[in-house]
Amino acid sequence: MSKSNLILNNEIIEDQWTLVTIPVSEDTVVRKQAGKVVLFKLTGEVIHTPEQIASTEIPAKGKVLLPLSVWIAHKDALADRLSKGEIAVWLDTHEPLELLAEQQADLNVFPLISVHVERFADGRIFSIGNLLRTRYGFKNELRAFGDVLRDQLFFLKRCGFNSYLIRADRSAEDALASLKDFTEPYQGAVDINQPVWRRVHRGSN
Amino acid sequence: MYKYDEIDQAIVDERVAQYRDQTRRYLAGELTDEEFRPLRLQNGLYIQRHAPMLRIAVPYGMLSSKQLNKLADIAKRFDRSYGHFSTRQNLQLNWPKLEDVPDILAELATVEMHAIQTSGNCIRNITTDQFSGVAPDEVIDPRAIAEIMRQWSTFHPEFALLPRKFKIAVSGTKTDRAIVQAHDIGMEFYPDADNKIAIKVWVGGGLGRTPILGSVIREHLEWQHALTYCEAIIRVYNLHGRRDNAYKARIKILVKALGIDEFRNQVEAEWEHLKNSPNTITETELARVADHFTEMPYETLPTHNAAFDSAIASNPAFAAWVKRNVHAHKKSGYRAVTLSLKTHGQAPGDATSEQMHAVANLSDEYSFGELRVSHEQNLILADVKISDLLSLWEKARAHGLATANIGLLTDIICCPGGDFCSLANAKSIPIAEAIQMQFDNLDYLHDIGELELNISGCMNACGHHHIGHIGILGVDKDGSEWYQVSIGGKQGNDASIGSVIGPSFAAEEMPGVVQRLIDVYIGERTPEERFIDTVRRLGIAPFKAHVYAKESENV
Ligand code: SF4
Repeated sequence: MSKSNLILNNEIIEDQWTLVTIPVSEDTVVRKQAGKVVLFKLTGEVIHTPEQIASTEIPAKGKVLLPLSVWIAHKDALADRLSKGEIAVWLDTHEPLELLAEQQADLNVFPLISVHVERFADGRIFSIGNLLRTRYGFKNELRAFGDVLRDQLFFLKRCGFNSYLIRADRSAEDALASLKDFTEPYQGAVDINQPVWRRVHRGSN
Repeated sequence: MYKYDEIDQAIVDERVAQYRDQTRRYLAGELTDEEFRPLRLQNGLYIQRHAPMLRIAVPYGMLSSKQLNKLADIAKRFDRSYGHFSTRQNLQLNWPKLEDVPDILAELATVEMHAIQTSGNCIRNITTDQFSGVAPDEVIDPRAIAEIMRQWSTFHPEFALLPRKFKIAVSGTKTDRAIVQAHDIGMEFYPDADNKIAIKVWVGGGLGRTPILGSVIREHLEWQHALTYCEAIIRVYNLHGRRDNAYKARIKILVKALGIDEFRNQVEAEWEHLKNSPNTITETELARVADHFTEMPYETLPTHNAAFDSAIASNPAFAAWVKRNVHAHKKSGYRAVTLSLKTHGQAPGDATSEQMHAVANLSDEYSFGELRVSHEQNLILADVKISDLLSLWEKARAHGLATANIGLLTDIICCPGGDFCSLANAKSIPIAEAIQMQFDNLDYLHDIGELELNISGCMNACGHHHIGHIGILGVDKDGSEWYQVSIGGKQGNDASIGSVIGPSFAAEEMPGVVQRLIDVYIGERTPEERFIDTVRRLGIAPFKAHVYAKESENV
């Protein structure tokens, strides 16, 4: 069995969820800019057709991690499994959270919400994590997957993520070390919500 | 100035360890170029034409003599014994080795310095007025809140990877010297009707490819909310700013696309949730930080000094220097002094290790061991007694630091350009040097009077060419270097963006072009007018006509 690359809190664990993705359609366009293929700059406008969404196969049993649009399309049919704790959703960084919140007022029905980051330099994931935890009160597992690298983990953790699926070609073992890069961060964020001046008596000059 | 406690020190020490490991992994091939790129950039390390360039943070431009001595030592040990002070009030080393950078950062940490977020798509060094705390027209000393903002922005997890760089400037004076309108966020502090500190917030200003002056997003913000309000602005930007095209990724493009009213609505809606959240600044925290910026132990001195007055009368060179390089001070008997890094024929903003040591010594001797870096790329001693000015001038002169040209044509603001920067279209330093040589006569220079000339080697506008009274921009035409000239730009409360006068010029034409612009001004000016006033009164037409006139017509 291949080694797991999933970190939950401070440990490497086996992933219990089956990731479901939308099948790639024939006519996916590679965006070009000034004649060059631009890899690291995201447009964030990949729209899936209703056919693609409808043709996405959902495993009949077990815990499944579904694309937000697929879950929305099959919401009623999946209500039972949702109550059994078998349904989780994932979204891309360009998908507005309002879309999820409109469909489901209490996000805590999901044992897991996952955010897909296509390129590690896409910092929208940080605001999304923060909003899920603070605005929408999500308390369960919040996972980052995709181009997830150790040098962003500390920030992800501070923005409310507690689960990280490290990119397959990198070591999750090594990545654990980066969760501890800094001991006393200055500003309040999600994990430690008080800024340092409210946590520690800093005295004066 | 601000002194680190254990918490501040731990953060820079942990940063050194983190970056040392990142460099190790990069050199071992565990990080690709692309993955290492944002990591090194957020530590100020660019890969330049000839070598890496390291940008060291000088938060809001304040330095102690101890820090400047350390910078001089670092430049000597790891570089070619000089550094370049930039328009971001930072110091740049042009020739460090990538492998040495962790050691350089470790050295910096010993004097409470770092290179955190001096580049990359994150919140950059917060800049302010170089005369803060001593300016007679200051209503609020912005440094305490600037320091609170520096700490807040350091590794702010939500804003670690923004669409593009993000620059904040703060100012607390009637006359804006921090160009708040040319920043992603500009904060102007003022006492409100209840005599409490309030902030006027500007957003979406910036130079670069699409120069735009900022718009007011909020007229009145209580100081306690400085951080949470910025969080609301930057969150809207982080989520909705463009990430597909680096040239359209700055917040100004988003503000323009949405319109300031819609952008404001979105920010205010976000702020509803963030207002009064834990990052709201407390009285205690403001007081703690402000305690680091209390007034210097000034002596009680008379407004006049007889020896000084007679030196002015008998020594025209000294008098010229005082006229240009010495500035008013809020305390009787004191002055602020600009040490010019614009010696004619030298790269603007460059200082040798020897000069840095000299300035450090001067600050110890005459100015409480502190100094400032201005965004005009000079060094400031903020608290000099009038009675010390003559001896300070003599010593500064011996080190080539007393050119009497502050605010004059040869006080050129200039980016490193094509000699160093890999983004450049054209060289900028040789243009600055050639113009300085053309206008080497000090009497003539003083007669021309106040004039700001700014040069950038490309659209990124590090030399702030749009707000130069004369702005010069390096452009690329079929692989060769050309220069586009604009006039009528200005920093300050009545800021404006310059207009391009016409087709660009070759490098060797540039001193002549500037000369012709000056000739028109000299011919047309009224007794009270500065260059910029004449341009504003007449428009660019007469300047354009003379510059592009055929040789024969110019005789
Ligand atoms: S303006 Fe352009 S050439 Fe000059 S330093 Fe900035 S990026 Fe480099």
